[in-house]
Amino acid sequence: MINSFSIEQQSPLFRFVLGLADDSVVLSHRLSEWCSNAPYLEEDIALSNVALDYIGRARMLYQYAAEIEGKEHTEDDLAYWRNEREFTNLLIHELPKGDFAFTMMRQFFLDVFYHFYLEKLVDSKDETVAAIAAKAIKETRYHLKRSEPWIRQLSEGTEESRARILRAVDELKDFVGELFEMPPWEAELLAEGISVDRSSLQKPWDDYVQKFLAVSDVDFGDSQLQIRGGRNGIHTEHLGHMLCEMQYLQRCYPTMQW
Amino acid sequence: MQVINKDEQLAMAEELAKFEQKIADEQKIEPGDWMPEAYRKNVIRQMSQHAHSEIIGMQPEGNWITRAPSLRRKAILLSKVQDEAGHGLYLYSSTETLGISRSQMIEALQSGEAKYAQIFNYPTLTWADVGAIGWLVDGAAIVNQISLQRTSYGPYARAMVRICKEESFHQRQGYEAMYALSHGTPVQKQMAQDALDRVWWPSLMMFGPHDSESAHSSQSMAWKIKRMSNDYLRQKFIDQTVPQIEVLGLAMPDPDIKWNEERGHYDSGEINWQEFKEVINGSGPCNFQRIKHHKAAHQDGEWVREAVRSYKQKQVNKEINKQNETAA
Ligand SMILES: [Fe+2]
Ligand SMILES: [Fe+2]
Ligand SMILES: [Fe+2]
Repeated sequence: MINSFSIEQQSPLFRFVLGLADDSVVLSHRLSEWCSNAPYLEEDIALSNVALDYIGRARMLYQYAAEIEGKEHTEDDLAYWRNEREFTNLLIHELPKGDFAFTMMRQFFLDVFYHFYLEKLVDSKDETVAAIAAKAIKETRYHLKRSEPWIRQLSEGTEESRARILRAVDELKDFVGELFEMPPWEAELLAEGISVDRSSLQKPWDDYVQKFLAVSDVDFGDSQLQIRGGRNGIHTEHLGHMLCEMQYLQRCYPTMQW
Repeated sequence: MQVINKDEQLAMAEELAKFEQKIADEQKIEPGDWMPEAYRKNVIRQMSQHAHSEIIGMQPEGNWITRAPSLRRKAILLSKVQDEAGHGLYLYSSTETLGISRSQMIEALQSGEAKYAQIFNYPTLTWADVGAIGWLVDGAAIVNQISLQRTSYGPYARAMVRICKEESFHQRQGYEAMYALSHGTPVQKQMAQDALDRVWWPSLMMFGPHDSESAHSSQSMAWKIKRMSNDYLRQKFIDQTVPQIEVLGLAMPDPDIKWNEERGHYDSGEINWQEFKEVINGSGPCNFQRIKHHKAAHQDGEWVREAVRSYKQKQVNKEINKQNETAA
């Protein structure tokens, strides 16, 4: 249980690791919402798998964050005892799961992002971070192998599936820019070789995604608007509801072991 | 009128004799083997019912995935429910070896023609229900499925061997969750007791009616589709579970549970068979909701499946066009 939490007073390394953990836990939650709701039984299984990979990442990262913090907090204290202004995930992870096209398009965008990001993060000078990245990159390669054919099939399937894909791109594109922004504490860690220069990934990401989508004649277009704020605890309205659900038992029954 | 000539009659009698000999010799019946139509139907009924139970069973537990009380519990629960989806998939595929398609089975589920385990028509009201289900429902399923590892239809028997391994992990995680609650605070212990009290009776009903009342039992036993009687398996489950309740330190969910020295078994109270019948026949607390959920997910996914079919067709057309061009 965490009584008072002031993110500004935390070390750069803590904030960096916590941000990555929040990204993972929030995305895993959205993915887990598909369980028993997917279009194929095979997809119930596959989306649960991806969700489990992200829960795994979140746990390792929270455990490490707690260790860095040195206050004897647990992974669950960090996940269940911070409120919506204290969560620091990038917004794209928290958007509601939407339809299957939205979920898969977000996943494709993130898979491509993590593909480039983790490839760099495995060389982090921080051994724990590097080890977590090394495990995660294998998962992400597999995730990407799954999301790509889905985007292809849905883009070129029926008129309806294509329309849903276009709508998903439209809804998501304003949330992509934030992935490539460097919060000051990550910039600080970059000098020490611990974090990754996010801005350097923008071009490879753009090239990869645009090239892939162009084959199906899907235009990513230009986004004038970039919505940001996640790392500073400025979220969409959706996060609060997610946390209500996710944190309910811990908050109703404080200090208990489960 | 069906005309069967003498030769055919003889051939059939021969096949039937071979089939019955195999059963008597404890050999497995395999997909390509000749089998009486009634045997095929019986196995389809039982296997598809089992598959549907795995799938519908995802819902009551799935109800707690997004509210699991810790990241560890959430990961365990999600992978458990994912396993159940895997069991369903595996069983659907195994059932398809009998000449019925997955979509036909799903249609039968949604129309109410096919049944699934009545237990999943009860709501999961608290987190403790998740523990109780893993412990009791998967526990009861294991007792049943271990006996089915010797069922006469080969693919079903092999499916049971594979599935049982995962079911024992399910039971352990459920028991462990109950243990944490019953050894936690008084509020948690109360939560565990309440869940045990509610899940206990429906778990006993999972074994089906008394042997004397069971509609499908005798033929299934003769064909060795079913290996042990309902009452035998139920008793086995009660005997193994009562000491577990004691370890949890919870009160017995049935005041009539008592060790019977003479029988070497626990005695227990009578099940509410009226409730069993009602739930099996569609008027349990969640029957409507479960099928509605299944239909909604299925309908929501229709555009995806259509897109996949259409994409495949387009790829085939492209291939044909290419071949035509090179030919021309
Ligand atoms: Fe199962
Ligand atoms: Fe089962
Ligand atoms: Fe199970």
